[in-house]
Amino acid sequence: MSIKRLMAMTKRVLLQLKHDPRTLALLFVSPALLMTILKYVYSSNPQLFQRVAGSMLGVFPMLVMFLITSVATLRERTSGTLERLMISPLGKSEFIGGYAIAFGLTSMVQATAVSTYAIWVLKLKIAGPQVTLIYAAILDALIGLAIGLAVSTFANTEFQAIQFMPAILLPQLLLSGLLIPRSAMPRILDDISNLLPLSYAIDATKRVITNQGSIVADSLTIAVFLVVLLAAGSLTLKRQTK
Amino acid sequence: MVSCVNLNVTRDKNHILHDLTLEIQRGVIMGLLGPSGSGKTTLMRSIAGLQVIESGQIRVLDLVAGSKALRHKIAYSTQSASVYSDLTCIENIRYFASLYDHNEKTPEQILEDVDLSNNAKQMAESLSGGERARLALATTLVGAPELLILDEPTVGLDPVLRVQLWRLFNKLAEQGKTLLVSSHVMEEAENCHDLILLRNGRVLAQGTPSALRARTGKSRMDDVFINLIEEA
Ligand SMILES: Nc1ncnc2c1ncn2[C@@H]1O[C@H](COP(=O)(O)OP(=O)(O)OP(=O)(O)O)[C@@H](O)[C@H]1O
Ligand SMILES: [Mg+2]
Repeated sequence: MSIKRLMAMTKRVLLQLKHDPRTLALLFVSPALLMTILKYVYSSNPQLFQRVAGSMLGVFPMLVMFLITSVATLRERTSGTLERLMISPLGKSEFIGGYAIAFGLTSMVQATAVSTYAIWVLKLKIAGPQVTLIYAAILDALIGLAIGLAVSTFANTEFQAIQFMPAILLPQLLLSGLLIPRSAMPRILDDISNLLPLSYAIDATKRVITNQGSIVADSLTIAVFLVVLLAAGSLTLKRQTK
Repeated sequence: MVSCVNLNVTRDKNHILHDLTLEIQRGVIMGLLGPSGSGKTTLMRSIAGLQVIESGQIRVLDLVAGSKALRHKIAYSTQSASVYSDLTCIENIRYFASLYDHNEKTPEQILEDVDLSNNAKQMAESLSGGERARLALATTLVGAPELLILDEPTVGLDPVLRVQLWRLFNKLAEQGKTLLVSSHVMEEAENCHDLILLRNGRVLAQGTPSALRARTGKSRMDDVFINLIEEA
């Protein structure tokens, strides 16, 4: 792993984002808009707003990073730039690491902006510290990124890549305890949810919101998922193809 | 510099390259000519180490094609201009240059070489077809490559630009670099030191333009090629 190449890769991904102001704007405006809608949807039940909106702070970065990553890597594949990189000295870990750092930083800014908006404007109450919430959001974002990277190999077009969201992400979301607590689901579903990375991401976010328990265990579980998913993603980056 | 022995490549059950054997000397411009679908791109990908091969041997600089040590020594530009549309020209070059430990030229010099200095700050997306092709070519000039594999670098360019690029290729060859340049325009063969004529995944002939002319008794490269096909 060369730090110089890792930084070059990070810088390039950030530059691409910088040249795309519309995507940048959407990254911040759409979560804020959705939170605002939630606020008014639940206007008769502020308690529910507190619970759902809090978890959503973890869901946005994950959904967004999943989509951005799968489309970005797919674009590298179809445009031939990935092939161009594969004959260069750039290592696979530098390629993935560059995306992870660039998008991790982006989601940090996104989580900071959206949570600040939710706390100050929408009066969302967070029992734990906001910094920890932002940390949890970055973990969520990295999970989205890692899954996006891993599935992008199985897509040949951007259409297919986007279809992986309902196929892979939404079932996890439904089982993650966002709708009802995981312990209240049928036993079998609870068991399945224990195997899904998203469950831990949502758990961590919830713990910060309610300030109940430490998120160290969740962080470690997520770290293990990340290592496995990113390793799977790097295996799918082939230098030689048929 | 490059040697292929009994190379066979199969893609999706199609047998594409058949028992290919060839040799490329250091410091020459090797033209790879052949009709569309003859296997030029497949051969170039194989030499670049990007193609899974069925059997045979490819050695580049005395190493097996695809070796890690070759990554600092080979440059390859694909037939479809592979650059980042959402970066400017100079950002594209700077990025690719930053992946190499050592760069012979500055990004500005590289853009100068392909006559894109005036487009440095233009987004690649808005380049014309020919400009985009030259930007892709420029990305192969970063680092300090010893072998440049260029897939149809002059397609769609006007005569003035073509002459200019061939001058650049000659200059690179004089510096001791080896170039493998493909084309399906036979007249481009004139500019090469050595030629490989490919047809249906087989080497139809290898030799200098004058040797092939002498062998067939024809003067135009088109006629030389047709003559060689009939002979085969
Ligand atoms: N992925 C693939 N699967 C199956 N067949 C393929 C694949 N890629 C290329 N081929 C076939 O292999 C043959 C050689 O293709 P190749 O791209 O090497 O030709 P080429 O000489 O570069 O042609 P052109 O001048 O049009 O670029 C063609 O008949 C093509 O249809
Ligand atoms: Mg081709």
